[in-house]
Amino acid sequence: MADSASNDAFVEFDRVQKSYDGETLVVKDLNLSLPRGEFLTMLGPSGSGKTTCLMMLAGFETATHGDIRLGGTSINNIPPHKRGIGMVFQNYALFPHMTIAENLSFPLEVRKMGKTEREEKIMRALDMVEMGAFGGRRPAQLSGGQQQRIALARALVFEPELVLMDEPLGALDKQLREKMQFEITNLAHNLGITTVYVTHDQTEALTMSDRVAVFDDGRIQQLDPPDTLYENPQNSFVAQFIGENNTLEGVVKEINNGIAIVELDDGELIDCKPVHDSVKPGARTRVSIRPERVEYNKDRIQEGAHTLKAEVKEFIYMGDIFRTRLSVAGNDEFVIKTRNAPDVERLTPGQQIEIGWLPEDCRALDA
Amino acid sequence: MGGPVSPQKIGRHISLTCENNGDIMTDATSQSGPMLAADGTPLKKSLARALRMQKTRALMLIAPLLVFVLVSFIFPIGKMLFKSVENDIVVETIPLTVAELQNWDAESGALPDEALYAAFVSDMVVAINAKRHTRLGTRLNYEHTGMSSLFRKSGRKIKKLDPATDGPFKEQLIAIDKKWGDVTTWAVIKTHSVKITNGYFLNAIDMQRTPEGAQAQPEDKRILIKLFQRTLFMSLMITVSCILLGYPVAWLLANLPSRTANILMILVLLPFWTSLLVRTSAWKVMLQQQGVINEVLVWIGLVADDARLVMINNQFGTIVAMTHILLPFMILPMYSVMQTIQPTYLRAAKSMGATNWTAFWRVYFPLSVPGIGAGSILVFILAIGYYITPEIVGGTKGVFISNRIAYHISSSLNWGLAAALGTILLGVVLLLYWCYDKIVGIDNVKLG
Ligand SMILES: Nc1ncnc2c1ncn2[C@@H]1O[C@H](COP(=O)(O)OP(=O)(O)O)[C@@H](O)[C@H]1O
Ligand SMILES: [Mg+2]
Repeated sequence: MADSASNDAFVEFDRVQKSYDGETLVVKDLNLSLPRGEFLTMLGPSGSGKTTCLMMLAGFETATHGDIRLGGTSINNIPPHKRGIGMVFQNYALFPHMTIAENLSFPLEVRKMGKTEREEKIMRALDMVEMGAFGGRRPAQLSGGQQQRIALARALVFEPELVLMDEPLGALDKQLREKMQFEITNLAHNLGITTVYVTHDQTEALTMSDRVAVFDDGRIQQLDPPDTLYENPQNSFVAQFIGENNTLEGVVKEINNGIAIVELDDGELIDCKPVHDSVKPGARTRVSIRPERVEYNKDRIQEGAHTLKAEVKEFIYMGDIFRTRLSVAGNDEFVIKTRNAPDVERLTPGQQIEIGWLPEDCRALDA
Repeated sequence: MGGPVSPQKIGRHISLTCENNGDIMTDATSQSGPMLAADGTPLKKSLARALRMQKTRALMLIAPLLVFVLVSFIFPIGKMLFKSVENDIVVETIPLTVAELQNWDAESGALPDEALYAAFVSDMVVAINAKRHTRLGTRLNYEHTGMSSLFRKSGRKIKKLDPATDGPFKEQLIAIDKKWGDVTTWAVIKTHSVKITNGYFLNAIDMQRTPEGAQAQPEDKRILIKLFQRTLFMSLMITVSCILLGYPVAWLLANLPSRTANILMILVLLPFWTSLLVRTSAWKVMLQQQGVINEVLVWIGLVADDARLVMINNQFGTIVAMTHILLPFMILPMYSVMQTIQPTYLRAAKSMGATNWTAFWRVYFPLSVPGIGAGSILVFILAIGYYITPEIVGGTKGVFISNRIAYHISSSLNWGLAAALGTILLGVVLLLYWCYDKIVGIDNVKLG
C-alpha cells in the first residue's frame, strides 16, 4: 500500500457517462478521484445515480462512455471477479445456505488459500467485528446488526484495498445505525482501506466521511469535506439537501466589494455573499441562511448584522434548543434555532420581532 | 487532499463495542402458584377455553370440505386398498365345503371323502340358483387356469342334482368332470378359502399362494416385478431429463426482463391448454418410422431409408413424450424458487473473486435445490402412476405398471390384483418420499 505516494489518485472516474436505455443519461459526466485511504461518501436523493456509479466501479455495469481507473490502470475491461474490490450490500447478501465461517471462507477458497491460513484469517476477521463466537451459525440466526458486521467482515477478510458499501445501514434502526457508523469508520481508518460509501442519509455522510460527493441528477453537485459542505454549499441544491436551510427568493440588484445586494420578492433589500457563478446583477437568486445563524435577542444580534421584521408562527420547545417558525419576507416556512439559555426570551405565536444575521452567513446561490 | 479534520472525528473511540441485544428481563412472574385470570379461574383453563372456541369455529368452516373429501376420496381409496386383501367370495359362496375342507389334508395326496362332495353339491345348488357360481370360478381362475370353465360347465349338470336324495356324489361329480377327482382342484379351493388373503400381493410380486406356502410363479408368468423395475427406472429417467431440460428454462424465466419472461411463460404453459391426447398423438406423428423426424433424417442423409430409427412403441418413445408432458411441473416450482434468489448473491460472490461458474455452482445452484427437489417429487410421482401416454406411445416395451393395473381393472376384472399393485405403488412412493426426507429433508422442498 505504501508503494505509491498518498496523493496519487487511487480510484478515478474520468468523464464517465452511463445510460441504461440509450435515451436518458443516468450518470452525466462524472469526474472523481480519490487517494488511497480516503473515506468518500456518495450522498444524494434516491435515483440520483449513486448505485449506478458504485456498480460501474465494481464491474457489474459498464460505463457507456469514459474511463474508470484503479491504481492508475483502466478497469473498463476487467471482469468483476478480477478487480479485487470488497463490497457490502444493503441487504447484506450473506449466503443463507452457508454458515458464517463458510461465508467468510468463500473469498479465500476462490483464491485457493490453504486451510490453516483460511481459518486464521476468518478468526481474525470475526474478532475484528467482535463476532468470534458466531462462526458456526447461519445468517438467519443472527440479528440485523450482527449480519451487518458479518457482511463487513466478509468484505474485508480477503484484504481488498478498496471497499464499496451501498447503503449498508439502511435496514437498521436508528440507534444501531449510529453505532455501526462509528465502527465502520474506525475499521476503515485503522486498516487504511480506501472506502466508497453510498447513502441517502446526510447525517451519516457528514459524520463518517473524509469527503462527501453530493449527487443529483447524475452529476456531482459538490465534492468537499463535511464542514465545508455544510458551511459553504456551492448551490441551492446542496444547501437544501445538507442540513436545515432557509431560502428567500429575489433579484440581484448590484454587487459591490464582494457583497451582493438582493431585492427580495416583497421589496426588502438584503446584503448577501455571492457564491454561485450565476449571481450577477439582474439575475434571480435564492438566498440561503442556516437556521442557527439567525438571532432575535437584541443583545445577541452582532454588529454589522442585517435586521429584518418577522412574525412568529410557531414556537417549539425542544429542550436543548428552541425551534421557531417565522414569516419572513413572504416566506412562512422560515425556521430559526436558538440555544436554550436563561437570557433567551420565549416567543408566542403572533408576536412581531426583529431578527438579524451576518451578511457572510447569507449566501446568494443559483435560482 | 484530506481537508481539515472535521470536529465530529475528534475524540472518537477506537475500540469496537459489542452490540447489546439482550433485553433486560423484568421479573414479573415471581409470585408462586398458578396465574389467575381476571375472573379468578386459572389462566391455563381460560386460555384453553378461548382456544377451543376458536378451533371449533375453524373446524365448522372446513367441515363441508372435510365431508366431501371423506366421502369422495378417502373412503373409496380405503375401500380399494382393502380389496387387495379381501377374499370373502369363497367362504360366502361355498360355506359348507370350506368347513369340510378344514378336515382334509391336502398334503396326503388322497381325495377328500364323500362328506365334502355332498357339502359341495349342496353349496353349489344354492350358488347356482343365485347365479354366483361363475363368479367364484372366475376368482379361482386367477390362481389356477381352467377353474372358470370347470365351474361354468359343471354348474349346468350339478343344477339337476338334488342334494337331499341323489347321493352319494363323489363318483357323480368325477363323472361330470374328472377334474373333481384331481387333488389339485381341491387344494386350490382350500388354499384360497381364507377370508383375508395375501394371495393378491403374492401375485403382484410374481409369487403364488400354494398349499405349501408362498412360491415363485412359473418363469413365463413373471412380469410384474420387471414392470415395477421398468416403471421406476423410466420415471427416474423422465425426472432426470425434466431437470436437465427444465433448469435452464426456469433460469431464463427468473432472470429475463419481465416482458420476455411472460412470453416464455406462456410457451411453458401452452401445453396445458391442449388436450393430453392430442399432445401424445403428436409425438406419434413425430416419432414413428414414417414420421417427421425420420423423414427429415432420411432427407438430409443422416439415416439410410431402410434403417429408419425406431423411436416409438418402446421406452425411448415413452420417455420423450412423458418428459415433454411433465416438463411444466418441473419448471414451475424451480422458477418460483429461483425468483426468490436475489441477484445480489451472485454479485456478492463475484465481488469476492468467484468466476461466473463458481458463483453459480457454489451459490446459485445450492439455493435452487429446493426447487429441483419439489419439481422432482412432483414429476416422479406423476410419472410413476402415468397411464395414457405409455398406453399410446409405449408399445409393449414402454408400458408402465399402471397400464397393467388398468388392464386388471377393465379387462381381466381381477380387482384384487389391481388393488394390490396399486397399494404396492403407493407404498413405493411413500418409501421414496421418506428416503428423500432423510437425505435432503422435506422442509428443503419449496414451491415458492
Ligand atoms: N438496471 C437498470 N435498468 C434501467 N434503469 C436503471 C437500472 N438501475 C437503475 N436505473 C435507473 O437509473 C437511475 C439511477 O438509479 P440508481 O443508480 O439506483 O440511483 P440511486 O442509487 O442513487 O438511488 C434511476 O432513475 C433508475 O431508475
Ligand atoms: Mg441505490
